[in-house]
Amino acid sequence: MQTETRTTIDRTAGASGAAIAVLRFSGDISSTSKDSVLGAWQNVSGSGPVLLDFSKVDYINSSGIALIIQMLMEADKSGQKVAAFGLTPHFQKVFTMVGIGKYAGLHKDQEAAVASM
Amino acid sequence: MVATAGTSVEVRLPSRLGFEKVAMGTAASVAQLMGFPAERIEDLKTAVAEACINAIEHGNQLNEKLSVGVILSASDDQLEVKVVDNGAGISKQPPKPDIDRKVHGQEDPRGMGMFLIQALVDEAEWVRDSIGKHSYVRLVIRLDKEGED
Repeated sequence: MQTETRTTIDRTAGASGAAIAVLRFSGDISSTSKDSVLGAWQNVSGSGPVLLDFSKVDYINSSGIALIIQMLMEADKSGQKVAAFGLTPHFQKVFTMVGIGKYAGLHKDQEAAVASM
Repeated sequence: MVATAGTSVEVRLPSRLGFEKVAMGTAASVAQLMGFPAERIEDLKTAVAEACINAIEHGNQLNEKLSVGVILSASDDQLEVKVVDNGAGISKQPPKPDIDRKVHGQEDPRGMGMFLIQALVDEAEWVRDSIGKHSYVRLVIRLDKEGED
């Protein structure tokens, strides 16, 4: 019933030319996404700024939001800057409501997110 | 727009995570027939999903022998959704989630569901029955008729 979460890891260059990791999620982000989401985070943990791409995510529930908060916990510990992009207007509102915007900039697209880094 | 006032739609879900999406889809379809704007339908979908997840996980404890009832009742100006489970209900509202405490490991990163429900619908109430065998959450979203002729 739930669509599997797929996460791929890309790299892009920031304004200064420094590498930025991009975690690209697709499918649903829910309680069954733990391995995909947090497993991908382990591959970028401690290695500089990270972008979260939600442009191919159809459904995020509170369990999925908890996984995103766990990534932000890890980022906070390692001093990594995080920004997100590609959220629908609804999920941008939900992320703002729960306070995620305080720890991860929420941007319309990758270009705006990279520029914020 | 289809005439929906006075109609009721019921869905029965197995207590298995993922089936909340069936209720989401049904609620969205009814709300669309009633003429709700897309933004409010998205709010409703998230609120219904979270109510069903709570019923499946906490009310029915993921017991697949139990089902979750979802009853949608349309009237002229609002849609009421009741999500019924076999649990004892909640005795008190959890505190409002605190993102700083969550990010710093002082609060469970989970526990956003009830907060989201309350934030996204016009009314939300959690009701326990007197013998503790059934409880339900009742959600209401209202059609905003401001600006209409």
